[in-house]
Amino acid sequence: MQLTNRSKQVSNKEMTFMERAYLPAIATGLAITIKHFFTKKVTIEYPEVKRYLGPVFRGRHILKRDADGKERCTACGLCAVACPAEAISMVAAERETGEENLYREEKYAAVYEVNMLRCIFCGLCEEACPKQAVYLRHDEFIPVFTERDQVIWGKDLLVEDMSNRYTREAWTKEEALALDMKRASGEVTNVVPRAIP
Amino acid sequence: MDLTEFLIKTATIFVVFVLTLVIAMYSTWGERKVAGFIQDRMGPNRAGWGGLLQPLADAGKMFFKEDFIPALANKWLFIAGPSLAMLTALLASAVIPFGSTFKINNHEVVLQGVESNIGILYVFGVVALGVYGIMVGGWASNNKFSLLGAIRAASQNISYEVAMGLSLIAILMMSSSLSLGEIVSQQHGGNWNIFYQPLGFIIFITCSFAECNRVPFDLPECETELVGGYHTEYGSMKLGFYLFAEYINMFISSAIISVLYFGGYNYPGMDWVYSQLTQALGGITGHNIATLIGTGVFFGKAIFFIFFYMWVRWTIPRFRYDQLMNLGWKKLIPLAIFNIIITGAAVLFLKPMITAWLN
Repeated sequence: MQLTNRSKQVSNKEMTFMERAYLPAIATGLAITIKHFFTKKVTIEYPEVKRYLGPVFRGRHILKRDADGKERCTACGLCAVACPAEAISMVAAERETGEENLYREEKYAAVYEVNMLRCIFCGLCEEACPKQAVYLRHDEFIPVFTERDQVIWGKDLLVEDMSNRYTREAWTKEEALALDMKRASGEVTNVVPRAIP
Repeated sequence: MDLTEFLIKTATIFVVFVLTLVIAMYSTWGERKVAGFIQDRMGPNRAGWGGLLQPLADAGKMFFKEDFIPALANKWLFIAGPSLAMLTALLASAVIPFGSTFKINNHEVVLQGVESNIGILYVFGVVALGVYGIMVGGWASNNKFSLLGAIRAASQNISYEVAMGLSLIAILMMSSSLSLGEIVSQQHGGNWNIFYQPLGFIIFITCSFAECNRVPFDLPECETELVGGYHTEYGSMKLGFYLFAEYINMFISSAIISVLYFGGYNYPGMDWVYSQLTQALGGITGHNIATLIGTGVFFGKAIFFIFFYMWVRWTIPRFRYDQLMNLGWKKLIPLAIFNIIITGAAVLFLKPMITAWLN
Protein backbone atom coordinates (compact mmCIF):
# COMPACT_ATOMS: atom_id res chain seq x y z
CA MET A 1 0.00 0.00 0.00
CA GLN A 2 1.40 3.34 -1.00
CA LEU A 3 0.79 6.11 1.50
CA THR A 4 2.98 8.90 0.16
CA ASN A 5 5.01 9.63 -2.92
CA ARG A 6 8.11 10.17 -0.86
CA SER A 7 8.97 6.54 -0.21
CA LYS A 8 12.20 5.33 -1.81
CA GLN A 9 13.02 1.83 -2.94
CA VAL A 10 15.94 0.48 -0.93
CA SER A 11 18.80 -0.60 -3.13
CA ASN A 12 22.28 -1.97 -2.66
CA LYS A 13 23.75 -0.31 -5.70
CA GLU A 14 27.38 0.75 -5.66
CA MET A 15 27.92 4.38 -4.74
CA THR A 16 29.17 6.63 -7.47
CA PHE A 17 32.53 8.33 -7.15
CA MET A 18 30.92 11.61 -6.15
CA GLU A 19 29.01 9.86 -3.40
CA ARG A 20 32.08 8.03 -2.16
CA ALA A 21 34.15 11.20 -2.16
CA TYR A 22 31.91 12.37 0.73
CA LEU A 23 32.94 15.99 0.42
CA PRO A 24 30.14 17.03 -2.00
CA ALA A 25 27.65 15.48 0.41
CA ILE A 26 29.21 17.44 3.27
CA ALA A 27 28.92 20.64 1.23
CA THR A 28 25.23 19.95 0.63
CA GLY A 29 24.72 19.33 4.32
CA LEU A 30 26.55 22.51 5.26
CA ALA A 31 24.38 24.47 2.84
CA ILE A 32 21.26 23.11 4.53
CA THR A 33 22.44 23.92 8.04
CA ILE A 34 23.58 27.43 7.14
CA LYS A 35 20.17 28.04 5.61
CA HIS A 36 18.63 27.17 8.95
CA PHE A 37 21.18 29.40 10.67
CA PHE A 38 19.71 32.43 8.94
CA THR A 39 16.02 31.55 9.08
CA LYS A 40 13.75 33.46 11.43
CA LYS A 41 13.45 31.65 14.73
CA VAL A 42 10.00 30.44 15.76
CA THR A 43 10.69 30.85 19.48
CA ILE A 44 8.26 33.01 21.44
CA GLU A 45 10.31 34.47 24.29
CA TYR A 46 7.79 33.64 26.96
CA PRO A 47 7.82 35.99 29.90
CA GLU A 48 8.31 39.03 27.65
CA VAL A 49 6.19 37.94 24.71
CA LYS A 50 2.93 36.15 25.27
CA ARG A 51 0.84 34.37 22.83
CA TYR A 52 -2.95 34.56 22.63
CA LEU A 53 -4.19 31.18 23.78
CA GLY A 54 -7.70 31.43 22.36
CA PRO A 55 -11.04 32.38 23.87
CA VAL A 56 -11.64 29.00 25.49
CA PHE A 57 -8.39 28.83 27.45
CA ARG A 58 -8.96 28.12 31.14
CA GLY A 59 -6.76 30.41 33.23
CA ARG A 60 -7.35 31.91 36.68
CA HIS A 61 -10.74 32.14 38.36
CA ILE A 62 -12.88 35.21 38.58
CA LEU A 63 -16.04 35.88 40.61
CA LYS A 64 -18.26 37.95 38.37
CA ARG A 65 -20.38 40.91 39.34
CA ASP A 66 -23.56 41.81 37.50
CA ALA A 67 -24.12 44.96 35.45
CA ASP A 68 -24.76 47.03 38.61
CA GLY A 69 -21.62 45.79 40.30
CA LYS A 70 -23.37 43.35 42.66
CA GLU A 71 -21.69 40.03 43.35
CA ARG A 72 -23.47 37.20 41.60
CA CYS A 73 -22.31 34.39 43.88
CA THR A 74 -24.92 33.10 46.34
CA ALA A 75 -22.64 30.59 48.07
CA CYS A 76 -24.77 27.64 47.00
CA GLY A 77 -21.68 25.41 47.05
CA LEU A 78 -22.33 23.67 43.73
CA CYS A 79 -18.92 24.63 42.45
CA ALA A 80 -17.28 23.12 45.52
CA VAL A 81 -19.32 19.95 45.01
CA ALA A 82 -18.41 19.79 41.33
CA CYS A 83 -14.74 20.40 41.95
CA PRO A 84 -12.88 17.10 41.47
CA ALA A 85 -9.80 18.41 43.20
CA GLU A 86 -11.67 19.84 46.21
CA ALA A 87 -9.99 23.16 45.74
CA ILE A 88 -12.96 25.42 46.49
CA SER A 89 -14.26 26.26 49.94
CA MET A 90 -16.68 28.94 51.04
CA VAL A 91 -18.55 30.36 53.99
CA ALA A 92 -22.08 31.62 53.31
CA ALA A 93 -23.60 34.67 54.99
CA GLU A 94 -26.96 36.45 54.94
CA ARG A 95 -27.25 39.85 53.35
CA GLU A 96 -28.02 42.66 55.81
CA THR A 97 -30.17 45.63 54.99
CA GLY A 98 -28.16 48.30 53.25
CA GLU A 99 -26.00 45.77 51.43
CA GLU A 100 -28.34 45.41 48.47
CA ASN A 101 -25.92 47.25 46.24
CA LEU A 102 -23.17 44.76 47.11
CA TYR A 103 -24.85 41.38 46.75
CA ARG A 104 -27.49 40.43 44.25
CA GLU A 105 -29.42 37.93 46.37
CA GLU A 106 -30.15 37.42 50.06
CA LYS A 107 -27.32 34.98 50.55
CA TYR A 108 -23.72 35.61 49.60
CA ALA A 109 -20.24 34.14 50.05
CA ALA A 110 -18.54 35.86 52.96
CA VAL A 111 -15.46 33.78 52.27
CA TYR A 112 -14.67 32.22 48.93
CA GLU A 113 -11.31 30.53 48.63
CA VAL A 114 -9.67 28.59 45.83
CA ASN A 115 -6.55 26.59 46.62
CA MET A 116 -4.47 27.12 43.52
CA LEU A 117 -2.20 24.19 44.34
CA ARG A 118 -5.17 21.84 44.22
CA CYS A 119 -7.00 23.41 41.29
CA ILE A 120 -6.56 21.54 38.04
CA PHE A 121 -8.27 24.20 35.90
CA CYS A 122 -10.83 21.74 34.56
CA GLY A 123 -13.61 24.33 34.43
CA LEU A 124 -16.25 22.15 36.13
CA CYS A 125 -17.00 24.96 38.65
CA GLU A 126 -17.78 27.18 35.71
CA GLU A 127 -20.19 24.59 34.36
CA ALA A 128 -21.80 23.90 37.74
CA CYS A 129 -22.48 27.51 38.65
CA PRO A 130 -26.22 28.30 38.33
CA LYS A 131 -25.69 32.01 38.85
CA GLN A 132 -22.97 32.52 36.25
CA ALA A 133 -20.71 33.77 38.99
CA VAL A 134 -17.50 31.81 38.67
CA TYR A 135 -15.48 31.72 35.49
CA LEU A 136 -11.96 30.75 34.47
CA ARG A 137 -10.43 33.70 32.68
CA HIS A 138 -9.08 33.03 29.22
CA ASP A 139 -6.52 35.80 29.38
CA GLU A 140 -4.74 35.46 32.73
CA PHE A 141 -2.62 32.81 34.38
CA ILE A 142 -2.03 32.18 38.04
CA PRO A 143 1.33 33.81 38.64
CA VAL A 144 4.14 31.62 39.96
CA PHE A 145 3.92 31.46 43.73
CA THR A 146 6.95 31.62 45.96
CA GLU A 147 5.27 31.84 49.38
CA ARG A 148 2.67 29.71 51.16
CA ASP A 149 0.20 32.57 51.57
CA GLN A 150 0.14 33.16 47.83
CA VAL A 151 -1.40 29.78 47.20
CA ILE A 152 -4.91 30.21 48.56
CA TRP A 153 -6.75 32.93 46.71
CA GLY A 154 -9.51 34.74 48.59
CA LYS A 155 -12.23 37.09 47.47
CA ASP A 156 -9.82 40.02 47.36
CA LEU A 157 -8.12 38.45 44.36
CA LEU A 158 -11.08 36.66 42.83
CA VAL A 159 -13.91 39.20 42.69
CA GLU A 160 -14.16 41.16 39.47
CA ASP A 161 -12.90 44.72 39.34
CA MET A 162 -15.67 46.94 37.96
CA SER A 163 -13.26 49.39 36.36
CA ASN A 164 -11.59 46.54 34.47
CA ARG A 165 -14.36 44.09 33.68
CA TYR A 166 -13.70 40.70 32.21
CA THR A 167 -15.44 39.91 28.95
CA ARG A 168 -15.14 36.99 26.62
CA GLU A 169 -16.47 36.92 23.09
CA ALA A 170 -16.66 33.19 22.59
CA TRP A 171 -17.82 30.68 25.18
CA THR A 172 -17.62 27.31 23.50
CA LYS A 173 -15.25 25.72 21.05
CA GLU A 174 -17.88 26.04 18.34
CA GLU A 175 -18.36 29.72 19.04
CA ALA A 176 -14.61 30.25 19.14
CA LEU A 177 -14.29 28.57 15.76
CA ALA A 178 -17.11 30.68 14.35
CA LEU A 179 -15.45 33.80 15.77
CA ASP A 180 -12.14 32.79 14.26
CA MET A 181 -13.83 32.32 10.88
CA LYS A 182 -15.51 35.72 11.16
CA ARG A 183 -12.22 37.32 12.14
CA ALA A 184 -10.45 35.65 9.23
CA SER A 185 -13.07 36.98 6.81
CA GLY A 186 -12.70 40.47 8.29
CA GLU A 187 -16.27 40.62 9.59
CA VAL A 188 -15.29 41.06 13.24
CA THR A 189 -12.36 43.27 14.12
CA ASN A 190 -13.23 44.41 17.64
CA VAL A 191 -11.59 41.46 19.40
CA VAL A 192 -8.29 42.54 20.90
CA PRO A 193 -6.35 39.58 22.29
CA ARG A 194 -5.25 40.59 25.76
CA ALA A 195 -1.80 39.87 27.08
CA ILE A 196 -1.51 37.37 29.88
CA PRO A 197 0.22 38.97 32.85
CA MET B 1 68.08 40.90 26.29
CA ASP B 2 67.63 44.06 28.31
CA LEU B 3 64.87 44.79 30.77
CA THR B 4 62.46 46.65 28.46
CA GLU B 5 62.60 43.86 25.94
CA PHE B 6 61.95 41.34 28.70
CA LEU B 7 58.98 43.33 29.99
CA ILE B 8 57.55 43.72 26.50
CA LYS B 9 57.90 40.00 25.87
CA THR B 10 56.22 39.21 29.19
CA ALA B 11 53.39 41.58 28.36
CA THR B 12 52.97 40.00 24.91
CA ILE B 13 52.87 36.51 26.35
CA PHE B 14 50.35 37.61 28.97
CA VAL B 15 48.14 39.23 26.34
CA VAL B 16 48.33 36.14 24.13
CA PHE B 17 47.46 33.96 27.11
CA VAL B 18 44.48 36.07 28.13
CA LEU B 19 43.25 36.38 24.55
CA THR B 20 43.39 32.61 24.10
CA LEU B 21 41.41 32.08 27.28
CA VAL B 22 38.82 34.71 26.43
CA ILE B 23 38.32 33.36 22.93
CA ALA B 24 38.01 29.82 24.25
CA MET B 25 35.53 31.05 26.86
CA TYR B 26 33.39 32.76 24.31
CA SER B 27 33.62 29.77 21.98
CA THR B 28 31.52 27.88 24.53
CA TRP B 29 28.92 30.61 24.25
CA GLY B 30 29.34 30.69 20.47
CA GLU B 31 28.94 26.93 20.25
CA ARG B 32 25.62 27.00 22.06
CA LYS B 33 24.45 29.99 20.08
CA VAL B 34 25.44 28.44 16.73
CA ALA B 35 23.87 25.14 17.76
CA GLY B 36 20.68 26.96 18.63
CA PHE B 37 20.56 28.97 15.44
CA ILE B 38 21.23 25.95 13.24
CA GLN B 39 18.47 24.06 15.00
CA ASP B 40 16.05 27.01 14.62
CA ARG B 41 16.34 27.93 18.29
CA MET B 42 17.60 31.08 20.00
CA GLY B 43 20.45 29.65 22.06
CA PRO B 44 21.33 31.11 25.46
CA ASN B 45 19.91 34.64 25.71
CA ARG B 46 19.07 35.20 29.35
CA ALA B 47 22.41 35.89 31.07
CA GLY B 48 23.44 39.32 29.90
CA TRP B 49 22.80 40.83 26.50
CA GLY B 50 22.35 37.98 24.01
CA GLY B 51 23.54 35.56 26.69
CA LEU B 52 27.02 37.07 26.75
CA LEU B 53 27.47 36.36 30.45
CA GLN B 54 26.62 32.69 29.96
CA PRO B 55 30.28 31.52 30.05
CA LEU B 56 30.70 33.20 33.44
CA ALA B 57 27.54 31.52 34.71
CA ASP B 58 28.76 28.16 33.41
CA ALA B 59 32.16 28.61 35.03
CA GLY B 60 30.50 29.63 38.29
CA LYS B 61 28.32 26.55 38.20
CA MET B 62 31.32 24.33 37.45
CA PHE B 63 33.29 25.77 40.36
CA PHE B 64 30.51 25.32 42.87
CA LYS B 65 29.79 21.70 42.03
CA GLU B 66 31.13 18.92 44.20
CA ASP B 67 34.74 18.12 43.35
CA PHE B 68 34.42 14.37 43.43
CA ILE B 69 37.25 11.87 43.10
CA PRO B 70 36.24 8.18 42.85
CA ALA B 71 37.50 6.03 45.71
CA LEU B 72 39.51 3.66 43.55
CA ALA B 73 40.89 6.28 41.21
CA ASN B 74 44.54 7.17 41.18
CA LYS B 75 44.17 10.49 42.95
CA TRP B 76 47.32 12.16 41.77
CA LEU B 77 46.88 11.23 38.11
CA PHE B 78 43.18 12.00 38.30
CA ILE B 79 44.06 15.59 39.08
CA ALA B 80 47.01 15.63 36.68
CA GLY B 81 44.81 14.63 33.71
CA PRO B 82 42.79 17.83 33.24
CA SER B 83 45.77 19.95 34.28
CA LEU B 84 47.86 18.37 31.54
CA ALA B 85 45.11 18.81 28.99
CA MET B 86 44.82 22.49 29.90
CA LEU B 87 48.59 23.02 29.98
CA THR B 88 49.30 21.50 26.60
CA ALA B 89 46.37 23.31 25.03
CA LEU B 90 47.62 26.67 26.30
CA LEU B 91 51.27 26.08 25.43
CA ALA B 92 50.65 25.94 21.71
CA SER B 93 49.45 29.53 21.43
CA ALA B 94 52.94 30.84 22.26
CA VAL B 95 54.36 30.63 18.72
CA ILE B 96 51.36 31.83 16.73
CA PRO B 97 52.06 35.16 14.98
CA PHE B 98 49.03 37.31 15.72
CA GLY B 99 50.24 40.25 13.67
CA SER B 100 53.33 41.84 12.19
CA THR B 101 55.36 44.26 14.32
CA PHE B 102 54.45 46.94 16.83
CA LYS B 103 56.67 50.03 17.14
CA ILE B 104 57.20 51.57 20.59
CA ASN B 105 60.03 54.16 20.76
CA ASN B 106 62.32 52.51 18.20
CA HIS B 107 61.61 49.09 19.70
CA GLU B 108 60.06 46.80 17.20
CA VAL B 109 57.92 44.25 19.01
CA VAL B 110 56.75 41.16 17.19
CA LEU B 111 53.15 40.26 18.03
CA GLN B 112 54.05 36.69 18.80
CA GLY B 113 54.76 35.05 22.14
CA VAL B 114 57.99 33.38 21.05
CA GLU B 115 59.65 34.05 17.73
CA SER B 116 60.89 30.55 17.10
CA ASN B 117 62.50 29.19 13.96
CA ILE B 118 60.90 25.80 14.55
CA GLY B 119 57.45 27.19 15.31
CA ILE B 120 55.31 24.63 13.54
CA LEU B 121 57.39 21.76 14.92
CA TYR B 122 56.82 23.11 18.42
CA VAL B 123 53.07 23.27 17.81
CA PHE B 124 53.10 19.68 16.61
CA GLY B 125 55.09 18.53 19.60
CA VAL B 126 52.77 20.24 22.07
CA VAL B 127 49.62 19.08 20.33
CA ALA B 128 50.93 15.52 20.35
CA LEU B 129 51.43 15.86 24.10
CA GLY B 130 47.77 16.79 24.42
CA VAL B 131 46.82 13.16 24.20
CA TYR B 132 48.54 12.59 27.57
CA GLY B 133 45.93 14.68 29.32
CA ILE B 134 43.16 12.50 27.96
CA MET B 135 45.02 9.23 28.40
CA VAL B 136 46.12 9.97 31.96
CA GLY B 137 42.64 11.14 32.94
CA GLY B 138 40.96 8.13 31.35
CA TRP B 139 43.35 5.67 32.96
CA ALA B 140 43.30 7.28 36.40
CA SER B 141 39.50 7.12 36.53
CA ASN B 142 39.68 3.34 36.99
CA ASN B 143 36.62 2.89 34.83
CA LYS B 144 36.34 0.75 31.73
CA PHE B 145 34.39 3.31 29.74
CA SER B 146 36.86 6.03 30.58
CA LEU B 147 39.77 3.83 29.62
CA LEU B 148 38.13 2.82 26.33
CA GLY B 149 37.41 6.44 25.54
CA ALA B 150 40.99 7.41 26.34
CA ILE B 151 42.39 4.60 24.21
CA ARG B 152 40.18 5.66 21.34
CA ALA B 153 41.33 9.22 21.72
CA ALA B 154 44.96 8.15 21.76
CA SER B 155 44.70 5.89 18.73
CA GLN B 156 42.70 8.48 16.82
CA ASN B 157 45.14 11.28 17.59
CA ILE B 158 48.14 9.18 16.63
CA SER B 159 46.53 8.01 13.36
CA TYR B 160 45.55 11.48 12.28
CA GLU B 161 48.78 13.11 13.33
CA VAL B 162 50.53 11.11 10.60
CA ALA B 163 48.31 12.44 7.83
CA MET B 164 48.45 15.91 9.34
CA GLY B 165 52.24 15.93 9.37
CA LEU B 166 52.39 14.64 5.82
CA SER B 167 49.98 17.30 4.57
CA LEU B 168 52.12 19.88 6.31
CA ILE B 169 55.29 18.68 4.59
CA ALA B 170 53.91 19.99 1.31
CA ILE B 171 53.65 23.44 2.86
CA LEU B 172 57.16 23.21 4.25
CA MET B 173 58.49 22.19 0.83
CA MET B 174 57.08 25.42 -0.56
CA SER B 175 58.13 27.71 2.27
CA SER B 176 61.40 25.92 3.12
CA SER B 177 61.02 27.23 6.66
CA LEU B 178 59.51 25.89 9.87
CA SER B 179 59.01 29.33 11.36
CA LEU B 180 55.37 30.37 11.46
CA GLY B 181 56.27 34.04 11.14
CA GLU B 182 58.27 33.22 8.01
CA ILE B 183 55.45 31.13 6.54
CA VAL B 184 53.02 34.01 7.08
CA SER B 185 55.26 36.68 5.59
CA GLN B 186 55.82 34.50 2.53
CA GLN B 187 52.07 34.55 1.91
CA HIS B 188 52.11 38.34 1.68
CA GLY B 189 50.37 39.82 -1.32
CA GLY B 190 47.63 37.28 -1.88
CA ASN B 191 49.98 34.31 -2.20
CA TRP B 192 47.88 32.32 0.23
CA ASN B 193 48.82 28.69 0.48
CA ILE B 194 45.20 27.61 0.03
CA PHE B 195 45.53 28.45 -3.68
CA TYR B 196 48.57 26.22 -4.03
CA GLN B 197 47.58 23.48 -1.59
CA PRO B 198 43.80 22.88 -1.76
CA LEU B 199 44.18 19.14 -1.26
CA GLY B 200 46.65 19.66 1.57
CA PHE B 201 44.21 22.07 3.17
CA ILE B 202 41.35 19.56 3.09
CA ILE B 203 43.56 16.88 4.61
CA PHE B 204 44.86 19.28 7.23
CA ILE B 205 41.44 20.53 8.28
CA THR B 206 40.05 16.99 8.45
CA CYS B 207 42.96 15.95 10.64
CA SER B 208 42.59 18.97 12.88
CA PHE B 209 38.95 18.01 13.43
CA ALA B 210 40.17 14.62 14.54
CA GLU B 211 42.94 16.08 16.70
CA CYS B 212 40.49 18.32 18.53
CA ASN B 213 38.10 15.38 19.05
CA ARG B 214 35.35 17.34 17.40
CA VAL B 215 32.37 15.96 15.51
CA PRO B 216 32.49 13.97 13.21
CA PHE B 217 35.53 12.52 15.00
CA ASP B 218 34.32 12.78 18.58
CA LEU B 219 34.51 9.06 19.26
CA PRO B 220 36.42 9.50 22.54
CA GLU B 221 33.30 10.95 24.12
CA CYS B 222 30.74 8.99 22.18
CA GLU B 223 27.79 8.93 24.60
CA THR B 224 25.90 6.14 22.92
CA GLU B 225 28.78 3.71 23.34
CA LEU B 226 30.97 5.00 26.12
CA VAL B 227 28.71 6.93 28.54
CA GLY B 228 30.89 10.05 28.53
CA GLY B 229 34.20 8.74 27.25
CA TYR B 230 37.41 9.66 29.03
CA HIS B 231 35.71 12.21 31.29
CA THR B 232 32.91 9.93 32.52
CA GLU B 233 34.17 10.10 36.12
CA TYR B 234 34.96 13.77 36.07
CA GLY B 235 32.84 16.53 37.48
CA SER B 236 33.12 20.07 38.71
CA MET B 237 35.89 22.25 37.28
CA LYS B 238 38.03 19.23 36.36
CA LEU B 239 35.44 18.37 33.74
CA GLY B 240 35.30 22.06 32.96
CA PHE B 241 39.03 22.04 32.25
CA TYR B 242 38.68 19.13 29.85
CA LEU B 243 35.91 20.86 27.96
CA PHE B 244 37.77 24.14 28.08
CA ALA B 245 40.94 22.52 26.77
CA GLU B 246 38.92 21.28 23.80
CA TYR B 247 37.83 24.81 23.00
CA ILE B 248 41.35 26.15 23.39
CA ASN B 249 42.56 23.44 21.02
CA MET B 250 39.85 24.48 18.62
CA PHE B 251 41.04 28.08 18.69
CA ILE B 252 44.69 27.04 18.33
CA SER B 253 43.96 24.83 15.34
CA SER B 254 41.80 27.54 13.75
CA ALA B 255 44.66 29.98 14.21
CA ILE B 256 47.16 27.49 12.78
CA ILE B 257 44.91 26.86 9.78
CA SER B 258 44.63 30.57 9.06
CA VAL B 259 48.39 30.99 9.51
CA LEU B 260 49.34 28.07 7.29
CA TYR B 261 46.75 28.33 4.53
CA PHE B 262 45.02 31.70 4.73
CA GLY B 263 47.91 34.10 5.07
CA GLY B 264 47.62 34.82 8.80
CA TYR B 265 47.39 38.59 9.24
CA ASN B 266 47.72 39.28 5.50
CA TYR B 267 44.73 40.58 3.63
CA PRO B 268 44.17 41.87 0.10
CA GLY B 269 45.05 45.52 -0.33
CA MET B 270 47.28 45.44 2.74
CA ASP B 271 50.13 47.45 1.21
CA TRP B 272 47.80 50.21 0.05
CA VAL B 273 46.25 50.50 3.53
CA TYR B 274 49.72 50.56 5.06
CA SER B 275 50.99 53.34 2.80
CA GLN B 276 47.83 55.40 3.33
CA LEU B 277 48.05 55.03 7.11
CA THR B 278 51.76 55.84 7.35
CA GLN B 279 51.28 58.87 5.13
CA ALA B 280 48.31 60.14 7.11
CA LEU B 281 49.43 59.35 10.67
CA GLY B 282 53.20 59.19 10.47
CA GLY B 283 55.60 56.25 10.51
CA ILE B 284 54.99 54.95 14.00
CA THR B 285 51.27 55.43 14.63
CA GLY B 286 50.35 54.46 11.08
CA HIS B 287 52.46 51.33 11.31
CA ASN B 288 50.89 50.37 14.62
CA ILE B 289 47.36 50.90 13.37
CA ALA B 290 48.10 48.90 10.22
CA THR B 291 49.39 46.11 12.46
CA LEU B 292 46.24 46.25 14.56
CA ILE B 293 44.09 45.95 11.45
CA GLY B 294 46.14 42.94 10.40
CA THR B 295 45.67 41.39 13.84
CA GLY B 296 41.96 42.02 13.57
CA VAL B 297 41.91 40.28 10.20
CA PHE B 298 43.83 37.37 11.69
CA PHE B 299 41.31 36.98 14.51
CA GLY B 300 38.49 37.28 12.01
CA LYS B 301 39.93 34.34 10.07
CA ALA B 302 40.49 32.31 13.23
CA ILE B 303 36.96 32.99 14.45
CA PHE B 304 35.56 32.04 11.08
CA PHE B 305 37.28 28.66 11.40
CA ILE B 306 35.95 28.25 14.93
CA PHE B 307 32.53 28.92 13.46
CA PHE B 308 33.27 26.39 10.76
CA TYR B 309 34.07 23.79 13.43
CA MET B 310 30.69 24.42 15.01
CA TRP B 311 28.90 24.52 11.71
CA VAL B 312 30.31 21.09 10.80
CA ARG B 313 29.48 19.78 14.26
CA TRP B 314 25.78 20.41 13.77
CA THR B 315 25.79 19.03 10.23
CA ILE B 316 27.62 15.73 10.14
CA PRO B 317 26.91 12.64 12.22
CA ARG B 318 29.71 10.85 14.03
CA PHE B 319 31.87 8.32 12.19
CA ARG B 320 31.94 4.68 13.19
CA TYR B 321 35.26 3.56 14.62
CA ASP B 322 36.25 1.43 11.60
CA GLN B 323 35.24 4.23 9.25
CA LEU B 324 37.44 6.58 11.22
CA MET B 325 40.45 4.30 10.96
CA ASN B 326 39.78 3.56 7.26
CA LEU B 327 39.57 7.24 6.48
CA GLY B 328 42.73 8.02 8.41
CA TRP B 329 45.01 5.25 7.23
CA LYS B 330 43.64 4.25 3.84
CA LYS B 331 42.47 7.56 2.41
CA LEU B 332 44.14 10.54 4.04
CA ILE B 333 47.68 9.21 4.32
CA PRO B 334 47.91 8.06 0.64
CA LEU B 335 46.32 11.35 -0.41
CA ALA B 336 48.81 13.29 1.67
CA ILE B 337 51.72 11.39 0.14
CA PHE B 338 50.28 12.00 -3.32
CA ASN B 339 50.04 15.66 -2.44
CA ILE B 340 53.71 15.70 -1.45
CA ILE B 341 54.69 14.17 -4.80
CA ILE B 342 52.59 16.66 -6.73
CA THR B 343 54.00 19.55 -4.73
CA GLY B 344 57.55 18.28 -5.25
CA ALA B 345 56.99 18.01 -8.99
CA ALA B 346 55.42 21.46 -9.09
CA VAL B 347 58.25 23.04 -7.10
CA LEU B 348 60.88 21.32 -9.28
CA PHE B 349 59.38 21.68 -12.76
CA LEU B 350 56.32 23.90 -12.83
CA LYS B 351 57.68 26.78 -10.78
CA PRO B 352 60.86 27.36 -12.88
CA MET B 353 58.73 27.07 -16.01
CA ILE B 354 56.22 29.66 -14.85
CA THR B 355 58.90 32.04 -13.57
CA ALA B 356 60.75 31.71 -16.89
CA TRP B 357 57.53 32.34 -18.78
CA LEU B 358 56.66 35.37 -16.65
CA ASN B 359 60.10 36.90 -17.10
